[in-house]
Amino acid sequence: MKSVCFYFQVHQPYRVKRYRVFDIGNDPEYFNDRSQSDLNNRRIAEKVAAKSYIPATKLMLELLRRHPEMRVSFSFSGVALEQLERYAPEAIELFKQVVDTGRVEILGETYYHSLAFFYSPTEFERQVTQHRDIIRRIFGVRPRVFRNTELSYRNDLGAWADREGYAGIVTEGWDPILGWRSPNYVYKPKGAANSRLLLKNYRLSDDVAFRFSSRDWSEWPLTAEKFGRWIGEVEGDTVNLFMDYETFGEHQWEDTGIFKFLEALPQELAKNPGLDFKTPSEVIESYEVKDEVDIPHILTWADTDRDLTAWVGNPMQKAAIEALYSLEDDVVLGNDRRLLEDWRKLQTSDHFYYMCTKWSQDGDVHAYFSPYESPYDAYIAYMNALSDLRLRAGKRQGARA
Amino acid sequence: MFGWEFPPFHSGGLGVACLGLTRALTQRGYEVLFVMPKKLDVKTPWAKMLFADIDNLEGIAVNSPLKAYATSSGYGKRPDEGVYANDIFGEVARYTLSGARIARHEQFDVIYAHDWLSFGAGVEAKRATGKPLIVHVHATEFDRCGGASGINEHVYAVERLGMEEADIVVAVSEFTKQTIVRHYGIPEGKVHVVHNGIDESTAPSGGRVRQLRSLKEDGRKIVLFLGRITLQKGPDYFLRAAQKVVARNPLVTFVVSGSGDMEESIMRLSADLGLSENVLFTGFLSGADRHEMYTAADLFVMPSVSEPFGIAPLESMKLGTPVIISRQSGVSEVVRHALKVDFWDVEEMAGKILSVVGYPALHRSLSENARNEADRLTWADAALKVDGIVGELVH
Repeated sequence: MKSVCFYFQVHQPYRVKRYRVFDIGNDPEYFNDRSQSDLNNRRIAEKVAAKSYIPATKLMLELLRRHPEMRVSFSFSGVALEQLERYAPEAIELFKQVVDTGRVEILGETYYHSLAFFYSPTEFERQVTQHRDIIRRIFGVRPRVFRNTELSYRNDLGAWADREGYAGIVTEGWDPILGWRSPNYVYKPKGAANSRLLLKNYRLSDDVAFRFSSRDWSEWPLTAEKFGRWIGEVEGDTVNLFMDYETFGEHQWEDTGIFKFLEALPQELAKNPGLDFKTPSEVIESYEVKDEVDIPHILTWADTDRDLTAWVGNPMQKAAIEALYSLEDDVVLGNDRRLLEDWRKLQTSDHFYYMCTKWSQDGDVHAYFSPYESPYDAYIAYMNALSDLRLRAGKRQGARA
Repeated sequence: MFGWEFPPFHSGGLGVACLGLTRALTQRGYEVLFVMPKKLDVKTPWAKMLFADIDNLEGIAVNSPLKAYATSSGYGKRPDEGVYANDIFGEVARYTLSGARIARHEQFDVIYAHDWLSFGAGVEAKRATGKPLIVHVHATEFDRCGGASGINEHVYAVERLGMEEADIVVAVSEFTKQTIVRHYGIPEGKVHVVHNGIDESTAPSGGRVRQLRSLKEDGRKIVLFLGRITLQKGPDYFLRAAQKVVARNPLVTFVVSGSGDMEESIMRLSADLGLSENVLFTGFLSGADRHEMYTAADLFVMPSVSEPFGIAPLESMKLGTPVIISRQSGVSEVVRHALKVDFWDVEEMAGKILSVVGYPALHRSLSENARNEADRLTWADAALKVDGIVGELVH
């Protein structure tokens, strides 16, 4: 037996508007851009829902109906669900229907799609709980497998998941860490009793997510038939295909043929004898642990470094995230719900990604999408908003004292 | 190659660009005969310099006091610079006449002329020899007027004639190419964009602006405007942004370096805006002074209203001083590690100035990345493009 395990990530940040120095102290709204730019969160939520979430999920429902053996999993950030409830409720309804088939698993993550695990373990736990709550409220299920923001992982996260009773955790299947091992088996986090590790097969995942419409790629065009054959040729127990859900219709536009590809994929996969679909929990239950994996340094899915440098690598990113978490005590103790929520929305990893300047080394500008004119503009808007937040936190403190 | 100015005798980017391009072309194996209107002590071991007045054909020394970027109206108002002839058109006319004469005496394959001051000479050389002509547009009359009405029709006519007679027009930016197509009626396909580069900084040490650094010991930050004080360069927007900055952070000093026909009115404006304590005027700086001014500054601002290219920000970046540049400039097309603003949006300009002086990590990132980026913008790349253009004309 061999299984295909799909996990799709659904996430939309609250982008900070062009918040100017002159707004500090005068404007407590950071996320309410109303322009035609890509900083307008409502506009983006509506656009992505229309181009991707809604058509892709309709197709997913149809495929689940046509192929009773099909299984997939999703991870939704809390901030994405919040925005979709407000701006694109149809997408939420479709997601519910998909989950109601009973063949779709939902993973756990931080509500704010944050890097809190590495900066504030207590804040991390609060966000995991908050996420569990929204998943229960909307879908009525409780996640059993955990996914940390950007697939980031380190031994202590595995230990945490083990303690918390998670069946498993997903991360990147990066060769330098795996060594001779293949990502296509179930592993055990270092020192874990019960939790398991599922590793992304990044080559096959990225063939779809990144390379699908790339005409420079020698395998273009990628057909479902060809991809199904590649999956069949893989050695191992499980092929973990992890990707952003926006791959369908947003990163890869409809005219690239991505929906036709997705539609044809289940029947092409079925041509491989002994191949089935499994959710992450089912994979963990079905296959033996191959080995223990030791990951002492932070691993992520991003670029050739597979570390956190795309988020917190340059001086601006470091200054921003340090300034953010230095406010934790003031904000959390202040007990001002609006303030706390704004502070948490500023924890979303995307804000730091927008400040990335790594492309200036590898020249690949397009690999780092941002709604800002430059990483410097992203940093300015963020720091100005954070300066205002600090003022608000200070005022609360002053009021208490 | 017909030019008008050449370092160290220059007032603006034109001479610097001529030097950079000429040197890079010779490194590609070109032999360059660089023609200038009058005799200057220019040392260029890699290119042969010719001076139009050497054989004194008509008994008139073409001894030009002209500044390439001067407006025709501003020219007449500056009698303090040793004027032999205070009619710029007389100078240009004499230079134009020399074009045919020089062309008949020299061996070459292509004629290349920089800006309207030498277009006439280039056109005459082409008429005399039938050799192909490339005109390189570093600025147009529309830029020099700062977007204001009242361009000089004579200058416009000379520019237009040069572009029409040329086999190929080289523009320093897409921004300039659009002006050429829109205002001069030149077909798009005939205009090629070649962005300027920047060479290694060779400025000598020992400048006189060192004392400015003492300002910074009190924790003050220095924000620099460096360029001609004319409508085109937007010094008034710089001061209006300064007023907004100072209202929030009085520990910022704004330095205006340069001279020009708006100098007095800008000094008055500074006083009117209540900025006397926060604005310093250094006058025109060159060489070591200019170099030290860049390095003393925490931030360089180029608020130009209409800037065909704008080499000064690259000089600043090369020295690790972050820059804010107007989007109405050619340089903003090639530079990523800079903050960009619309020249008229003084609030945005002020906000960005406050951010750079207020967030050390922003300053550091901009500084490091700008320096690396400037190192990659070379004249060799520009010469490579020019080489391709010449290749289309000569086989």
